[in-house]
Formats: sequence, C-alpha cells, structure tokens
Amino acid sequence: MKDSAPLNWRKFPERYNLRGNYCEECGTAFFPARAICPKCRRKGKLVKKDMPRTGKIYSFTKLHVAPTGFRHETPYYLAIIELENKARVLAQLVDTEGEKVKIGAKVKKMFRKMGQADKYGTITYAYKFRIVK
Amino acid sequence: MTEVVIVGAGMTKFGEHWERSFRELIAEAAIKAIGDAGIKGEQIEAIYGGCMASGRFIGQEHIGALIADQLGLNPIPSTRCEAACASGGVALRNGYLAIKSGEHDVVAVGGIEKMTEVSTEEASFALGGAGDQETELFHGATFPSLYALLARRHMHEFGTTEEQMAMVAVKNHANGMLNPNSQFHREITVQDVMKSTYVAEPIKVLDCSPITDGAAAVILCSKEKAEELGLGGIEILASEQGSDTLSLADRKSLTELRATKEAARKAYEKARISPKDVSFAEVHDCFTIAEILAIEDLGFFKKGKGGMATEKGKTTLEGEIPINLSGGLKCGHPVGATGVKQAIEAFEQLLGRAGERQIKNPQIGLAHNIGGSGATAVVSIFKKWGVGE
Repeated sequence: MKDSAPLNWRKFPERYNLRGNYCEECGTAFFPARAICPKCRRKGKLVKKDMPRTGKIYSFTKLHVAPTGFRHETPYYLAIIELENKARVLAQLVDTEGEKVKIGAKVKKMFRKMGQADKYGTITYAYKFRIVK
Repeated sequence: MTEVVIVGAGMTKFGEHWERSFRELIAEAAIKAIGDAGIKGEQIEAIYGGCMASGRFIGQEHIGALIADQLGLNPIPSTRCEAACASGGVALRNGYLAIKSGEHDVVAVGGIEKMTEVSTEEASFALGGAGDQETELFHGATFPSLYALLARRHMHEFGTTEEQMAMVAVKNHANGMLNPNSQFHREITVQDVMKSTYVAEPIKVLDCSPITDGAAAVILCSKEKAEELGLGGIEILASEQGSDTLSLADRKSLTELRATKEAARKAYEKARISPKDVSFAEVHDCFTIAEILAIEDLGFFKKGKGGMATEKGKTTLEGEIPINLSGGLKCGHPVGATGVKQAIEAFEQLLGRAGERQIKNPQIGLAHNIGGSGATAVVSIFKKWGVGE
C-alpha cells in the first residue's frame, strides 16, 4: 500500500465512520461515496451518510499468503459484508474464531489499526468487523 | 464495412526468461508474426501493444514507443493498451477497430509482460493494481483472495466443490503438456491440487496461474488487402468489450461476471452465432473458479452447472466444448500477453496447425480475456477464412 499523507487524511471519514452516501431519488446506499448514482444518473441526488455498523457475511476467505505489510497477521479472514442498508463492504474479520465464520453470520464494525508503511510511515486506522452473537 | 482477418501469429515460449529482456521478448514474438504472415515490416501501418504493469515490473513505461523502436518501425503510430490482465485482449480489439474504421489496412498487435525481474512479493503488489487500491488492497486483499470470495459464493449457491475446481487445473495442465510453448509440462492429479497449500481458502497453489515472462503478436489485415496480397488466415467475426465495477463488493452478484456476459452477448449478436456454434474456447482461467464462471457466463453451460460440466469431462480436449486447449493461463500468464496468446490458439486451431492438441475440423473459436476480478472483459470470435497462396 502506498503511504500518502493526503490520501490517508482525506480518507478519515470513510475509514473511521463508514461514511458513504446515498441517492435520495432511489434510496440506494453507496460505500464508498460515489459522484453519481449509476441508476438515476443526473436525476439522482447524492447525500453524505454514515453506513450502518452491523451487517452479515456475504462471502469470506481465509488468507494464508499475504501482501507486504500484512504478513505478520496471517492467517486472517477477509469478508464481503452486506450492511443493513444493503451496501457491501470488503473488510477484515477480527477477534473471531474460525468455526463461527459462515455466510450469513452477523458482524459489527470495529475501529482498528491497519498498518504502517515503514518505520517512519503513517500509521493508518480503519474499519474491521467482528462476529456478534 | 471492411472485415478483419488475422494473417500471421508468433509468440515466445512462456516461462521464466531470466536471460532475456522485455524488448527481446516482444521483438521475437513480433518478428515471428511478421514472418508467419509473409509480409514486410514496412507494410505495417500501426501497432497496438497490450501491457499491464511494466512500470512496476521493470520501471519502463512508454511501451508503445519502445515496441515500434525495437521493431525498426519508426515513425508509425504505436499505442499501449492497459486493462490489467485484459490488456492483450483490449489491444487486439483496438487493432481490429483501427482496421474496421477504414483508417488502416495492416496492423500489428502485441502483448507482453516481463514479470520475473522482481520478487514474488513485488509481483503480487504490481498485480494488485488490477483491483481497487482503496477498498480492497488497503484491507489486505490479494488477487487470489478476491477470486476466493467469488469461489466461496459459487460453492454456497450452487454446491460447486473444491474437487471440481481442481479438475479445471488437472485438465489445463494435461492440455499444456501438448503445447510446446507452455510454461509447465507436468501432469497433475486432483489429489495434487487438493494437497497443495492454501493461498486464500478455498483457493490453493495449484488453482492459481503462475508468474510468467512472455510475449505474443498477431498481424491483422483488412480482407481486401489480404486478398490483394494473397494472404490466408482467420476472420475476426466480432471483438466486444464490457466493464463492471472495479471492486467486488459493489457487484450485485458474485456468481457471474457481468462484463463477460455483456461482451459475450454483443459478440454473439455481431457474429450471428450462438454459444452452441462455438467449436472451442480459450477462457480466462487465472484461477480455476474463473474458468467455471467463464463457461457459464459465455453460455456454454447453465449458471451453476460449470463445476459439474467440468467433472463430467465436457470441457476436455475430447469433450463437447474443449476449453483452454493451449493449457489456458496454466500455460503461463504473462498478463499483458495472455489476450493475444488466446487469439493465437484460435489461429492455430482453425488453421489446423495446433499439432498434438489439434481438434478435428473446428469452425468457430472464441477467446475470453478478463481484467482484474472482472472489471474488464473482452470476447472475440474467430472463423476460419482461407489459406494463402
């Protein structure tokens, strides 16, 4: 991952609060925020909105071979989560026992450290999810 | 409107070419293609070159100019096309369109990637650029993990098994055995695949395509010009392209690739054929699940039946619709070259030049090239056209 101060700074609302937007015209939620509603086009009206913090696992995988910066975390789970407003987000699952990771399992957003590009690099934080009962 | 034919093809062996450079590889493929066509380099009017990530792999951009330079073809226009792993397919389509438009009569299309100059970790980072940097790679996703998310959902909705995915690898390795240009010449069993280590569950090492160096090139010509020059080859009946969201999470369905379906629908319509008219297909099997998705999305089998069709042997060399006769991406996957290599397999098969892996009297061939996790797809359809003088 590229270490970029402007990128990390402008991503705060998205990464910390799951801020996306939704189209007032058709009600579709977008995460991350989109510049245009693909369905309503110019008739759409996009309004900023934080996404719900709970959802369900739509698909998942357990990674054994990680990219740079994530090696110390292997194996770890990645999932596509369907939030309660139907928007989907890809995120890591944490604090979770393997046998509980299933399609349909309920999850909740957490705030976690993501990583650091190098010794002097920016420490980044973002959403991860954990399974709830 | 003018028709477009492929009149010559050439490629390097796919593999780890540590002793050879990027420019040597593309020059070899292009010189072979020009020789195969039986034309002179000076007759080429424009070049389209597919290349995904040379900046990351070898620190070199401006690939269009490099290719024209190395072929001694300055000052003709030469353009690089980038669409991740579909770069080759997109280059082919742009060459096709350049002739269709009436602007050019003879065009060279190349594809190349030199992936072994860097460590596996750096190569993975370069390939990761095909996904969504901000919402996928930032969270620790890799390409195998994105396809694993697709595979898991396919297994969940249709009962597709890891063994069925393994059978794709077994078949493509078997086909690769018969292809002298294949990176691997090694027979494997379902057990070998099942026992190979997990990369991102349910995807294992032997479900994945390898890191490869290689280049491929074809010479395209308008039909009138080919007739005038007495050249033979195959006709491109259609070359269509579709797109989808960059990130997987934004897709409505994870069990189909919309870009493939859209490109295929338009290609069949333009070629005025249906999936059952296709004699064989080269499909994008970067991971085994990708071939199962492709054979469904291209309409060869119903949605959800791709795994079972593979298990029943319907896609083998002797099967009802042979898939990836070249060995597919198991034959090696120099990402920018793959889309062009697929067209070369169609060329060899339709002209009866495919040697040991030649199928009997094929009429129509199809090539399907994917970028990333399916955000770009190119589907091209080919037909035997005639033999040169």
